[in-house]
Amino acid sequence: MRNPLKALGVVALVAALAACSSGGGAGASGSPSAGQPATITYGLWDNIQAPVMQKLADAFHVTHPNITVSVQVTPYSDYFTKLKAAATGGQAPDVFWLNGPNFQLYASNGMLAPEQINASNYPDALVKLYQYQGKQYGIPKDFDTIGLWYNKTLFDAAGLKYPTADWKWADEQAAAQKLTNPAKGVFGLGAPPSGQENFYSTVFQAGGSIISADGKKSGYDDPNTIRGLKFWTDLIQAHYSPSMQQMTDTDVVRMFESGTLAMLYGGSWHASEFANNANTRNTVDVTELPAGDKKATVIHGLANVVFARSAHLDAANQFTEYLGSKEAADIEASTGSVIPAFNGTQQAWVNAFPQYKLQSFLDELPDAVSFPVSKNTSVWNTMESDILTKAWSGSESVDQAATDLATQMNAALAKEGQ
Amino acid sequence: MLHLRQAPSTEPTSRRRRRRRAKLKNTLWALLFIGPTAAGLAVFYIWPAAQTLYFSFTRWGAFGGHTWNGLDNYVQLAHDPDVRSAFMNTIWFTLLGLLSLPISLMLAAILNQRGRKGVSVYRTLMFLPFVTMPAAVALIWRWLYSGDYGLINYLLRHVGIGGAYWISDPRTALVAVAAVGIWSTVGYNMVIMMAGLKAISPHYYEAASMDGASPIRQFFSITVPLLSPTMFFLSVLSVVGSLQTFDLVYMMIGHTNPALPQTRTVVYLFYQKAFIENDRGYATALALVLLLVIIAVTAVQFRLQKRWVHYE
Repeated sequence: MRNPLKALGVVALVAALAACSSGGGAGASGSPSAGQPATITYGLWDNIQAPVMQKLADAFHVTHPNITVSVQVTPYSDYFTKLKAAATGGQAPDVFWLNGPNFQLYASNGMLAPEQINASNYPDALVKLYQYQGKQYGIPKDFDTIGLWYNKTLFDAAGLKYPTADWKWADEQAAAQKLTNPAKGVFGLGAPPSGQENFYSTVFQAGGSIISADGKKSGYDDPNTIRGLKFWTDLIQAHYSPSMQQMTDTDVVRMFESGTLAMLYGGSWHASEFANNANTRNTVDVTELPAGDKKATVIHGLANVVFARSAHLDAANQFTEYLGSKEAADIEASTGSVIPAFNGTQQAWVNAFPQYKLQSFLDELPDAVSFPVSKNTSVWNTMESDILTKAWSGSESVDQAATDLATQMNAALAKEGQ
Repeated sequence: MLHLRQAPSTEPTSRRRRRRRAKLKNTLWALLFIGPTAAGLAVFYIWPAAQTLYFSFTRWGAFGGHTWNGLDNYVQLAHDPDVRSAFMNTIWFTLLGLLSLPISLMLAAILNQRGRKGVSVYRTLMFLPFVTMPAAVALIWRWLYSGDYGLINYLLRHVGIGGAYWISDPRTALVAVAAVGIWSTVGYNMVIMMAGLKAISPHYYEAASMDGASPIRQFFSITVPLLSPTMFFLSVLSVVGSLQTFDLVYMMIGHTNPALPQTRTVVYLFYQKAFIENDRGYATALALVLLLVIIAVTAVQFRLQKRWVHYE
């Protein structure tokens, strides 16, 4: 191309074409009137569940031939960064997965369309997790609770009876002591500073709280909350649990799988992982969490939500309604990957791994407490890991750390309200 | 200068016109060649930088929608203990990172000795860490550093030393991470220095040995001064790079590590504020402060070079 004017002309032409094509795209996504075919997108992050979600999309297309669902998978590490940018630009998927910690951020910024649901179909704590200012914005998709996983071989070797659903904290601490065997490098119970798997549940069992019901005040300065935290730090100090440093270097789940940890607080989601690992396939089992002052477990679950600025609100709502139905839950349950949220469809999940007492995760439901969230949950989640790890590694007392955390968290919550 | 389609001409007026046309043509060509780069720079660097400056004076949440809040972010920055410790940690990383220079110089001098065999093999081996993905480097080193299962502690146990939990102990984590940073830049620095050494005329050394100067004397009186421009260049790069340390801390330490407060760098804090806590106005203010610090430090380095850098 020797002539510069011609060259400039080509550049201009390319630019014009690019402008045209993006303009054309915007025009084509205009809302179709009823009966016109529409394609909606469904954003999610789990590759393992993607085939099931595709199955659901196909099944939905059979009954709603006008609506085609395109499943878009983004790895979890990038999911929320990408979703935030897309939502800001009005380009988020029409329907997408959302979790508890992020829910209020999206709801309070007007990113979600309200949903009509029959609340009695799902566990109460899950329905409430996806309400913002009294309005429902998400349809529960699945849920997870926490259970006490234990290594049967190590219990047999120590001559101990397996844990049961009536265990109290004291029973567990006594067992942890007997199971700990420094010569063999075996620890009784893993105590990582993890909220969902570990200290949220014990805080609730001690009658404490993480955040007040209105989401405005931290519960960390409550003496009961502090007792729930001390349950874990005491285990570390007594060396019944690996040290904070050891658990940072090697994940407790890996320790449990390699047989150097006798007991582990783990999620229902660990079932498929343990079943697929030759070390744990038949040597571990699970029961309900031991009770403190009362029984409790934290419950969390995902929801399907509709993007408020979706160009196909009607089609998107029809799809989430289908996703929240019993039929969809049955399809999801058959794969054993997650516990579907729809009441009465969970049996298929329990049956997926008959060697474990997975029913324990469901028996805990009456005592389940909603996952603690606020409008900008991740701010104080960062504080939790920054400050509580000091108590866990012993460089600060639990009382001191909890009080500091409460002060900083209250300041962050006050900022949220602005 | 491009001379395209230039044909000899005899007519004066047409020659002038042609010359003018040629000049116009040249300008157009120049614009055409500069255009894409300039446009890219403007769209992807200059405009965002200007926006960053603006956003640093706003409260800017997760989904856009910013409100002007004047100097609030900067006032908050000045009082934030996390910011202070992040800058302290970053300064430590920067100072430790400079250790890479003497180490590289020694290696370069050794490899540059006349008659040494296998130089290209050593050079390639030492350069490898520099071209390896930081994520892969971090994962391998995490395992090497592991307290119970790591290779380092395994070797230490054989000589009767009980090693630390290198990257989860607040006392050792910063040095451990900085060591990986040094390890991964030594190869690059060494290659640049070897090039610098090759450029020193052998006559100096011949003359020096005739005068009876020992190899060590030669090293400090000839090599070091004549290599100082290269060292200056590398020290500027090293400081600017270290001040922006992020990936190693992110990959090797992670957010649940008890040593994070002792290793959190400014860029890590920026990432945390912008992308985890959704406090983007504050994060941009932090980024701008870091930019000013980098500019200031680099300016100081250029000032100081007059005292120690010799140009031939």
